[in-house]
Amino acid sequence: MAGKSLFQQVNDYAHRANPYPLYAEMRKTPVLGDEDGNYAVSSYRLITELLHDPRLSSDIRARPPDDPKQQAVAQSSISPAFIRTDPPEHDRLRRMLTRQFGPPHTVGMIDNMRGDLEKYVNGLLDRMQDRKQIDIVDDYAYPFPVDVICKLLGIPPEDEKRFHGWAEDIAFSLDPAIGEEGRKLIAKGLVARNELGQYMRALIDVHRKQPGNDMLSRLITDSSADGRLTEEELVSSSVTLLIAGHETTVNLITNGTLTLLRNPDVFERLRHEPDLIIPLVEETLRFEPPVQFNSQRTALADITIDGVTIPKGAPVYLMIAAGNRDPVRFNEPDRFIPDREDNQHLGFGSGIHYCFGAPLARVEVQIALNALARRLINPRLVVDPPPYRQSAVLRGPRHLLVDVDGIKP
Amino acid sequence: MVHRADVLQSFKKNGSIVIVGASLAGLRATEVLRKEGFAGRLTVIGDEPYEPYDRPPLSKQVLAGWVEAEHTTLPRQHPLDDVDWRLGIAATGLDLRAREVHLADGQSVDFDRMLIATGVRARHWPKEDEARLAGVFVVRTRDDARLLRQKLETKPRHVLIVGAGFTGSEMASVCRDLGLTVTVTERSASPLIGALGGEIGSIAGDLQRQHGVDLRCNTTVTALEGDAERTLRRAHFSDGSTLDVDVAVIALGSIRNTEWLRGSRLAAGQLGVACDAGCRAFDINGIITDDIFVAGDVARFPHPLYAYQLIALEHWGNAVAQAEAAAHNMVNSEAERRPHISIPAFWSIQFGVNIKSVGLPPFADQVVIMQGSVEQHRFVAAYGHKGRTVAAVSFNQGRWLPYYERLIASAAAFPPTPPAYDVPIPLHPVPAKFPAANAPTSTPTIALTGYAPDEICATYLEEPPMTPVTVESGGKA
Amino acid sequence: MRVLVDLNRCQGYAQCCFLAPESFKLVGEEALMYDSGPDDALKEKIERAAASCPVQAIMVEYMNGHADEMVKSGTSEAEARHGA
Repeated sequence: MAGKSLFQQVNDYAHRANPYPLYAEMRKTPVLGDEDGNYAVSSYRLITELLHDPRLSSDIRARPPDDPKQQAVAQSSISPAFIRTDPPEHDRLRRMLTRQFGPPHTVGMIDNMRGDLEKYVNGLLDRMQDRKQIDIVDDYAYPFPVDVICKLLGIPPEDEKRFHGWAEDIAFSLDPAIGEEGRKLIAKGLVARNELGQYMRALIDVHRKQPGNDMLSRLITDSSADGRLTEEELVSSSVTLLIAGHETTVNLITNGTLTLLRNPDVFERLRHEPDLIIPLVEETLRFEPPVQFNSQRTALADITIDGVTIPKGAPVYLMIAAGNRDPVRFNEPDRFIPDREDNQHLGFGSGIHYCFGAPLARVEVQIALNALARRLINPRLVVDPPPYRQSAVLRGPRHLLVDVDGIKP
Repeated sequence: MVHRADVLQSFKKNGSIVIVGASLAGLRATEVLRKEGFAGRLTVIGDEPYEPYDRPPLSKQVLAGWVEAEHTTLPRQHPLDDVDWRLGIAATGLDLRAREVHLADGQSVDFDRMLIATGVRARHWPKEDEARLAGVFVVRTRDDARLLRQKLETKPRHVLIVGAGFTGSEMASVCRDLGLTVTVTERSASPLIGALGGEIGSIAGDLQRQHGVDLRCNTTVTALEGDAERTLRRAHFSDGSTLDVDVAVIALGSIRNTEWLRGSRLAAGQLGVACDAGCRAFDINGIITDDIFVAGDVARFPHPLYAYQLIALEHWGNAVAQAEAAAHNMVNSEAERRPHISIPAFWSIQFGVNIKSVGLPPFADQVVIMQGSVEQHRFVAAYGHKGRTVAAVSFNQGRWLPYYERLIASAAAFPPTPPAYDVPIPLHPVPAKFPAANAPTSTPTIALTGYAPDEICATYLEEPPMTPVTVESGGKA
Repeated sequence: MRVLVDLNRCQGYAQCCFLAPESFKLVGEEALMYDSGPDDALKEKIERAAASCPVQAIMVEYMNGHADEMVKSGTSEAEARHGA
């Protein structure tokens, strides 16, 4: 352990199953600089402050030229996605995307998807009815959001085989670039992003020629006071929506299921009290957030918070999962309380980059977990802790094996 | 020896509290009193016959016809069944010595401690015969809003709104959404000038005109003319012109409800009821009282960020925060008292723009655009007073305000360090253009009497002079 | 039902508008209009909206038949402010 900073330990795969003691240690120094010049911010109050601080950038291009992520962006054949830009560019792109996703231009679309989504998850469970063991990840938590985002965007679900690997490499490249291993992940992510970009470019071409009623078609044909999305913007935006639309939701469903299996009394309560799912999903977002920390922010000026100055150009890591368990903000932060009150968690972030897909994710996870509670008979965790995926940022189990006595119709 | 803690415990168990005013502040105080363990007799007196309701929707959702005026009752955060609600009965007087509140129905209620939360009422059109014309409205209460809504449903041909403060501007916005022809008159150079200053107010003026409002600044209405049926037909303006209108909504701000306290020997007058940061009222001599508390629109309190000047804020958020502080202090010991020093904040929704503010803009002499685009009506502006940041306002950029709130709280330099993006460079501070603070009245209302040192005291002069026009500060209906 | 949104806290994330579009409407880019007295039939949606608010600005009082029974209330503003 000697020589490894707390922040490096968080990224160390050895701590993937339970990084929370490390986060607790981090909170003792809420603004923690390491020898590489990284800053990790881990208290609820300071994370919230920085999420609303217009001196903190989401644009990796603001980093020094020797930063590996900066170099990857410079070499990328597609432009940075809206979540990796600052205002006014960010606001303009987000407005144009929001027009086809939510209010005020598109009203009720997400809420109206509930019926179809319920049908889909129940279909998945129907097909597993003769099984005694299921892998929540491969059989359920992965296929569901992938199918949803594909249909929403207008991507053929059968293409999943093509983009699965790319999506994973891109997701893993979000981790901090620490050492040689980190640089390799970034390089792999760059290749994957370019390839997925190529794939998306071709798909956009198809939709342009024959627009459907999907979001991609609508984004292509839409024009507003902000103009039209350029080809480049369409490619980078749709790549981001596809990745973000399932990589995070997989983890949220799986983390939620794992937490329920570890708290059988809550699982049982949910069976009888389906409305409990509403606060329960919020508590899951607090307790096991699918995005553990923001890894893409940079200080654009010297920022002094609580007496510590983060120098201009420094990468800043906002440790969402640590802030979500800050005892200054939350009572009994390490307890999973499904109907917790005053649960103003940071699971979806805050400020102008608040998770674009949050409403969809909420609906998906509420439906997915409720269906499991209703239909799984005597579910039991097979391995605890389960094996985790590589990513420290998008943290979640790679497999989650569950033994069941059966699946109710 | 009697212990203070015992006295407090006994008061919390067996004492009596009267809250005068059954609106937002009154309700919040009631809830906090019960939440903090006050189990004694709790009486709430309100002049309107309704359970406490929320006013901001009246000039928006209710007027737009989306929400019924009756559907604005405030949710309760605590069971309040054991509260004695005296609704529809105004308080008419306060006897401090007897510790009694007198009511309009001739009854009185005694108390150990009292909270004054009587708020404000709408300032009517000053010429009474014209104010009574059919077609002339004000909007402050639920009943007001219902009546105006009914009128708007008849699709009037031309609506005149007198006064372009927040309420007037919001109503103009709703009327435009309803497709009605709207003229707004404003005596000063721009809308919202009292709350945001002329510089930012002129942007609000552009917004109105872009949405088809016939906005006439530097213009007052000199007369409202009715026909033989006493129905409004025409308005006369200070520039000599006239306009045929069938609705006139008077939005000239508000009057603090303090008349009932005349003779109470509290420091109560047209500016409100003066109190300390712990919400305890001053008596007429400026000595703090122990058992009389004040909260909400009617309270004038000192704020450390604003040179301890006594300020009255007609803000929704101020009513909530001050009521919570007052109620807390009413049932806690001296050591546990909380100051009401939260940073003022308000919002207004008009012409599709969310206007939010933190701090106290009218305290400023300068304003500077910090972020975004004025042209697109998406920006944040910071206000400065003598080189210190004292307020900020956002048009559709509310998510940045917490950053500015911290600058204000920390008394940061003005202009602030510019943000790192979406910033007009260089920053260009300009005068904020607030109207010169007009003295509330030229006629004195209080004087000193007596000669011997133990006789000298302040006293009200007879015949209160007519209350002056003040500009409302927004965020309220 | 009685609904109140603290519009000082509201930052226009519009989660409520997504999840309960009958009762919460976005006007322009970030201004929220809401129905302060929605129908009881919308209870579940209102609950979803209130729970999802990123700044916990939505307060709800569910009336159970008669006006005085309070089933559940949203976050207290005092508590919420304390932490925010």
